[in-house]
Amino acid sequence: MDLFEYQAKKLFAEHGVPVPTGKTATTPEEARAIATELGGKVVVKAQVKAGGRGKAGGVKVADGPDDAFAKATAILGMDIKGHTVHSVLVEEASNIAEEYYASFLLDRANRTFLAMASREGGMEIEEVAATNPDALARIAIDPLTGVDAAKAREIAVAAKLPEAALAGAAELLVKLWTVFVKSDATLVEVNPLILTADGRVIALDGKVSLDENADFRHPENAAFVDVSAVDPLEQKAKEKGLNYVKLEGEVGIIGNGAGLVMSTLDVVTYAGEEFGGKRPANFLDIGGGASAEVMANGLSIILGDPSVKSVFVNIFGGITSCDAVANGIVQALKIVGDVTTPLVVRLDGNNAEEGRRILKEANLSVVKPVDTMDGAAKLAAELAAAAA
Amino acid sequence: MAIWLDENSRVVVQGITGSEGTKHTKRMLAAGTNVVAGVNPRKVGQQVEGVPVFGTVADAIEQAGANVSVIFVPPKFTKDAAIEAIDAAIPLAVVITEGVPVHDTTEFWAYCQSKGTTRIIGPNCPGIASPGLSNAGIIPADITPGGRIGLVSKSGTLTYQMMYELREFGFSTCVGIGGDPVIGTTHIDALDAFQADPGTDAIVMIGEIGGDAEERAAAHIEAHVTKPVVGYVAGFTAPEGKTMGHAGAIVSGSSGTAQAKKEALEKAGVRVGKTPSETARLMADIMRSL
Repeated sequence: MDLFEYQAKKLFAEHGVPVPTGKTATTPEEARAIATELGGKVVVKAQVKAGGRGKAGGVKVADGPDDAFAKATAILGMDIKGHTVHSVLVEEASNIAEEYYASFLLDRANRTFLAMASREGGMEIEEVAATNPDALARIAIDPLTGVDAAKAREIAVAAKLPEAALAGAAELLVKLWTVFVKSDATLVEVNPLILTADGRVIALDGKVSLDENADFRHPENAAFVDVSAVDPLEQKAKEKGLNYVKLEGEVGIIGNGAGLVMSTLDVVTYAGEEFGGKRPANFLDIGGGASAEVMANGLSIILGDPSVKSVFVNIFGGITSCDAVANGIVQALKIVGDVTTPLVVRLDGNNAEEGRRILKEANLSVVKPVDTMDGAAKLAAELAAAAA
Repeated sequence: MAIWLDENSRVVVQGITGSEGTKHTKRMLAAGTNVVAGVNPRKVGQQVEGVPVFGTVADAIEQAGANVSVIFVPPKFTKDAAIEAIDAAIPLAVVITEGVPVHDTTEFWAYCQSKGTTRIIGPNCPGIASPGLSNAGIIPADITPGGRIGLVSKSGTLTYQMMYELREFGFSTCVGIGGDPVIGTTHIDALDAFQADPGTDAIVMIGEIGGDAEERAAAHIEAHVTKPVVGYVAGFTAPEGKTMGHAGAIVSGSSGTAQAKKEALEKAGVRVGKTPSETARLMADIMRSL
């Protein structure tokens, strides 16, 4: 889960990483009130989970409360790379002497953690990496020892930060590492990390990605979920404990196992090319079990999507045998009731023949059994095209 | 012949008294696996499916001769279970558990590296099966007989699908390495082991979106693998920025795409199937030509 800047800065502040004082506003009036409270110059910053906010006009300096009102009026409701701005962060303006970059992240390829830091800050770090790779220091962090004062200084020195910023940066890096570890983050990024005219080192921006597998030890993270951005079907699926992702197409997909479902999306897309570009409507992995109840929950979510014109149930009977899955489908259709959308069912693997026999005997007009995955994908795409 | 798991493997199940642990202990036993011990410090001296329960992995090694651990404990206890197995210097630890925080995995992986005595498979994986010899994990044992194809995969059900489609040839060993962003055993480790295994003639490699493990494997194949390799990559149509079921299956910006992985594999001389069935047909052709 990616956090908004204001959420990231809240985490930073909780762990002692210095950030400018500020608050979020969802209306220009609120922005004016915050600016009044802060006094002096403020910065009004669009809160969207997208880079390049500054270039898009989503970050503006305001001279005082009335200007903050005007700037917030302009920014709220803006569209930045497909994200609508629903709130702004109003912060005290900082007197910037220099801008740097610092982050800690999970290094998948090397199966460890990585610190990245640079004297070149305030621009996209990918750009620095591409145009001036020597300016970006990369230092592996041993997960067993982490970042202490000495390691933090090593990072700051490797980033070629000036003497004036070294001590402040190292102190900030130790605290930023604490944020990374204590929040179970996969990324904490500060860009820019600034040196102020009066010699302080501050996180002027913040980006944090959290590992949802660690949610069990972070009940507080529930407050970070951006309810307005969650697809209602995805929300419903999550409540039922289902692994569902809404997509743009017309063929509903249910399968068991993440890899098999990803593969099903691909095979349906290829098959759909023949039928005017029919595509998968969703990703839904019902897991190894595939009981009647789970199948019914999955079906009701998929059939609740008005864009679904046909459904492809793709099951490989491994741990669960196909006869149990077939019974699950028959019962699920009874539970859901009044299903008119055609259901192409491919059962393969453990006890597949018995499963197919059960489906045939149930004599359900909406169920279309097909023996192969490729053949079933083709029929599902064809039926979606016919229904359109 | 097989890699990492064979008729001499003696399995200890960490979390044997939990519902998943008990269920799969029963299945492993039915598949002929030599399950010699379980671990639960609060149930020492009890038996599960006739298997004695010990207090620690070290006791299971010392008293029952265990040399493979299969870990079924819940995510919040997985790091401790893995560290216990590493401390006991068990040669192979298979972490089945899904949903382990990546900080925990990164930490026990670093610990494992520092000790240098344990191979870890997983987490979030179906385990490893050498059909007809032994089965450590949740891969169904009756899909395919033993044979001379080696398989390494990030995905469980795609593994089963491939085993099923190629059952007329059979498999030496099937390794499910798991779909998490950080895992112990990689495609490259399995490729090297299959290359060295006289019982394996050809290799199926299944990947999916996310990370660059497949690209690295492709470079490795080009330099070090002479046995024929057939590949499959899932997730060509996955949208950017969405996690597709597996925690590690995510396209970030332009990195981790299925297309890039396919191109890297093909450049290394690997034949890549467009669908699982086509991939199986490519491998069947190779097996018939050998």
